[in-house]
Amino acid sequence: MKINDVILRTITKVVVFIILTLGVYLFFAGHHAPGGGFIGGLVLASGVVLLYLAYDIETVHKGMPFDFKKVAALGVLLATGTAIGSLFFDVPFLTQAHTYIDAPIFGKMGFSTVTIFEAGVALTVVGVVVTIILSISEDE
Amino acid sequence: MSNMIVLPLIVPVITAILLVFLKEHVTLQRIISLLTLSFIIIISVILLVEIQEQGVMRIDFSGWAPPFGISFVADSFATLLVLVANIVALICMLYTIFTMELRYEKMYFYPFTLLMIAGVNGSFLTGDIFNLFVCFEVMLLASYALISLGGEKIQLREALKYVLINIVASWIFLVALAFLYGTVGTLNMAHISIRVMEAGANPLITTVALIFLIVFSLKAGLLLFFWLPGSYSVPPTAIAALFAALLTKVGMYALVRTFTLLFPNNPEVTHTALGIMAGITIIAGCIGALSGRDVRTIASYNVLIGVGFIIIGLAVGTESALQGVIYYLMHDMVAKAMLFLAVGMMIYVTGETVIDKMSGLIRNYPFFGWLFFIAMCSLAGIPPLSGFLGKVLIGQGAIEGGHFVLLGLGFFSSLIVLYSLLRIFLSSFFGETIISLEDEKPLPKRILLPLTLLAVCTIGLGIGAEKLAPFVTDAAETLYTPSIYIDAVLDGQQWQGEVNK
Repeated sequence: MKINDVILRTITKVVVFIILTLGVYLFFAGHHAPGGGFIGGLVLASGVVLLYLAYDIETVHKGMPFDFKKVAALGVLLATGTAIGSLFFDVPFLTQAHTYIDAPIFGKMGFSTVTIFEAGVALTVVGVVVTIILSISEDE
Repeated sequence: MSNMIVLPLIVPVITAILLVFLKEHVTLQRIISLLTLSFIIIISVILLVEIQEQGVMRIDFSGWAPPFGISFVADSFATLLVLVANIVALICMLYTIFTMELRYEKMYFYPFTLLMIAGVNGSFLTGDIFNLFVCFEVMLLASYALISLGGEKIQLREALKYVLINIVASWIFLVALAFLYGTVGTLNMAHISIRVMEAGANPLITTVALIFLIVFSLKAGLLLFFWLPGSYSVPPTAIAALFAALLTKVGMYALVRTFTLLFPNNPEVTHTALGIMAGITIIAGCIGALSGRDVRTIASYNVLIGVGFIIIGLAVGTESALQGVIYYLMHDMVAKAMLFLAVGMMIYVTGETVIDKMSGLIRNYPFFGWLFFIAMCSLAGIPPLSGFLGKVLIGQGAIEGGHFVLLGLGFFSSLIVLYSLLRIFLSSFFGETIISLEDEKPLPKRILLPLTLLAVCTIGLGIGAEKLAPFVTDAAETLYTPSIYIDAVLDGQQWQGEVNK
């Protein structure tokens, strides 16, 4: 029996963008305010999971042909990579660097290596959450 | 500051992640894993030498000074254990490479093992008790995956028990941490030690200490070991050997650290409890080892006897007893890995697990038989093998401290260990052979290589004890005099001022 889920699918198309935007916002907000890689990653992952719920696995997989286990691995690699980056500058492990740049339009902008670390955390969370949900949904 | 201390944790994590991308390239995975472990062995030797020169070393992550940031602290005790743990892991990994089926190897065996090693190394080196919890979890999560690798029915049954018991233990750990933080207001181990010393025999702190005792006893298999024999007998041989060699040792390391550095304030309660628990563990382990007919069960109960014996040393707590604890911990890693590999090979060549159904193995595989004999002598503590010195020192400490019951139990257990293994030796290795020459499964020399290497290690640890003595003495001194550790972490004078205030 095919379930009529036209409402879910239509709403999902709109809502997923809102969720993903919120996820990215939370990710960047985390530098000085509540948020950050973990929370941003969770929200992003919930967007992906919603897609999986509204559509089937194959359809979503066509749009996002990633192996989410590898996404998680890439995330850990990114996070640990910035952590050991500090070893090459002879400063304590996990030390982060940051700087301010005066950009023409945006004005004073802060750049920090901790953002790369957080991006790693976010990718790990997305990868792990989606992998868990997918392995639960697979039945044998 | 020396970033080298963090390498035993971070290098295996990174290589483990790289191996995820190399899932299909098994040969490359093997080479990278072996290289990683060899690298850590070299690093820990360098660290050991440096610690002798400049005392206890530490690294503050991100430069946040203790007690506010997280630090890794390398003293001789932790580094010695890192060294031996990685040597044993390397040898077990060799065994995996020679024997494991390809389908296991492709199921992320190497990444999980490396992550487990990372957790083990991190637990040894960390100077922050919450970080200890995190490293425990890294190790346990990897071990959950390893114990169920292959997904056989019996494995899933035991894995479920193992996961549940460890989740409960971790939850109690977390609660204990919350109580501790609420009571003393810090998580840095050296700082906790100072605050606890200031408070003296405070009943609240003693309660917290007892909760930690329960947590680490669950992990180490001290008294609360009901999960252990089942869980350690189901995974593939190499994994079981790794578990037996490393996981309970981390729990014991945590017990030693907790009751020498953190809570030495009320030994009448805590150390008495440790002594009683160690005694009961030994008795129960002996009963299990004597009554078992399955080689894996006998081997698992031997793990428990080892746990009880080491904790006797901790309960006695004199400096020579602590030296014995360190020697015996190192010996136990090597000897238990050897026992489990030998037992795994017996099952491999005969296809049987019950000792009465095997016979005359020594006629078919003479070299293997004598290797088992070495493992047996080493576990029983016969000189010049590695178990001897640890037993003597713990015994000496027990006499100094006047703990004659524990002394008697400890040495009585050596006899039981000898008897239980001798039973395997007599019934399975001696006697009429049941395997005819045609049916004999070939046992290539390379499969025997890991076992031979472990035999070399146990002989080396026994004969080379003299060479190790300066490191072990230093380690025991740091354990016996916590102020050495605290000085190194909190930069000398600063904390003494706080105590005087």
